Amino acid sequence: MRPLLKLLSVQIKLYLREPVAAFFTLAFAPMMLVLFATIYGNSPNPLFGGLGTVDVSVPAYLGLVIVTVGLISIPISVAAEREIGVFRRLKVTPFSPFLYLVSSVITNYLMTLLGSLILVLIGSLVYHMRFQGNVLSVFLAFTFGSLSFFSLGYLLAAVAPSSRFAMIVGMVLAYPMMFLSGASIPLEILPSSLKEVIKFIPLTHVVTLMRGLWLGDPWRAHLLEVAVLAGMMVGGAILSVRFFRFE
Amino acid sequence: MILVKNLTKVYGSLKAVDGISFEVKRGEIFCMVGPNGAGKTTTIECIEGLRKPTSGKISVLGLDPQRQSHLLKQRMGVQLQNAVLQPRMKVWEAIDLIGSFYPKRIDFEPLLEEMGLKEKKKAYLSSLSGGQKQRLFIVLALLHNPEIVFLDELTTGLDPQARRAMWQMVKDIREKSKTVFLITHFMEEAERLADRVAIVDQGRIIALDTPSHLISQFGAEMKVIFTLRDSLPSFSLEGIEGVSRVERAEEKVVVYGRGDSLVGDVVNLLLKEGIKFFDLQTQAPNLDDVFLTLTGKEMRD
Repeated sequence: MRPLLKLLSVQIKLYLREPVAAFFTLAFAPMMLVLFATIYGNSPNPLFGGLGTVDVSVPAYLGLVIVTVGLISIPISVAAEREIGVFRRLKVTPFSPFLYLVSSVITNYLMTLLGSLILVLIGSLVYHMRFQGNVLSVFLAFTFGSLSFFSLGYLLAAVAPSSRFAMIVGMVLAYPMMFLSGASIPLEILPSSLKEVIKFIPLTHVVTLMRGLWLGDPWRAHLLEVAVLAGMMVGGAILSVRFFRFE
Repeated sequence: MILVKNLTKVYGSLKAVDGISFEVKRGEIFCMVGPNGAGKTTTIECIEGLRKPTSGKISVLGLDPQRQSHLLKQRMGVQLQNAVLQPRMKVWEAIDLIGSFYPKRIDFEPLLEEMGLKEKKKAYLSSLSGGQKQRLFIVLALLHNPEIVFLDELTTGLDPQARRAMWQMVKDIREKSKTVFLITHFMEEAERLADRVAIVDQGRIIALDTPSHLISQFGAEMKVIFTLRDSLPSFSLEGIEGVSRVERAEEKVVVYGRGDSLVGDVVNLLLKEGIKFFDLQTQAPNLDDVFLTLTGKEMRD
């Protein structure tokens, strides 16, 4: 247990010392929130069924934090650690490389959680956002969505030949998702011709699930989202364990 | 300490290691030297248990590096070529982290001081010089007081001064009654440090002995080099005992030969004949010459 905790504390410090990763995980979504809340305020809007911009943005932006960590931070950092030889160095110690991955998952989850908490705190303290759901349900859905995207991220890290490759593929996957899933632009204002595309974007399912539960939907109203995300989580985890290379 | 028998490692159609056998004794500095691509790193990584040999037997401290790697890892210390830690880690964090992986650790403060890193405890790894980084990796390899230490290309990329300092540190490790297995492509490093040297080329050991035995056996001859004041005089140095041949290009003369009295005899003869010369120097044979004799190739950095 002691080595795992040491590694965890080092990894968290390293994460926070990486300015780009720390910014995109912790500051980017809150910045967007402040920006759009300043422009649109949070007064009820018929477009959002009587809710305000902040009320619908906060759960959607949770998807933004998740996709940033899952498809950008994880692939780059894990591929870079393999590249510079961190795993090789650990392999000559009695520490298990598998525990290294466990610690990496926990670190990334804690960072995603921290970024999300900052977002939610700004939403509720500054903009008095409305919340009609169940805190535990939303927390579970957030964890579930995070892990399903982490699965994809570790799969990408597993197959990427270099950290540059991981970065490029991660960004190519992540950026269109951010705009075509409702994570940054509400689906309500996107043209309906895009709807066919949008439902095939994995992040859409995270955003839809988060927004639904945020408003108090029961889980059974979101079986499709749950099924897609569960498939991603399990499939990604199996494939990344299968293909993961420590060097 | 280490017993290797008929070790072979094949990658596809490439035989990286081709039937190597040797033994490393307790308390010695054993050095494997040879050009890049000779199979040194593959060999050391098979011994450390990082790679699985295609065939052959390896025993380290009486353990099988593949099946008993967990036990072995607690008793060996390793510095790897091309393996670093995250640049944003601090020195003390690296020590604290790697140390926590071992059930038993020694107090690292004296070790850090010995390696000249005491002031760098709070520094980021990215701010360390090449030599400081290598010294930190030695500290990390010694944290758990291992019985055997593996060093892979420890001084590659270091300037000559840092290299010499590093050699002293390797000798100090041996003084702590540890066995050192070192691989390098610097012949001079092998010659200065090793109790015994295995010269490898193309996946095979082509010679294994103490540096001085290798030099006297294969090496090779001493060179006496000087420049003549004028190019005219004719003289014969071939008659001197121990001289094997004389090369002469314009004013520059190189005498090859063996024997303790070689230099004196050459100088005496030149003085007796009244031949004016300057810039006389001697070159003792070294492991580079041994490599040249054995393979017909020059050993270059």
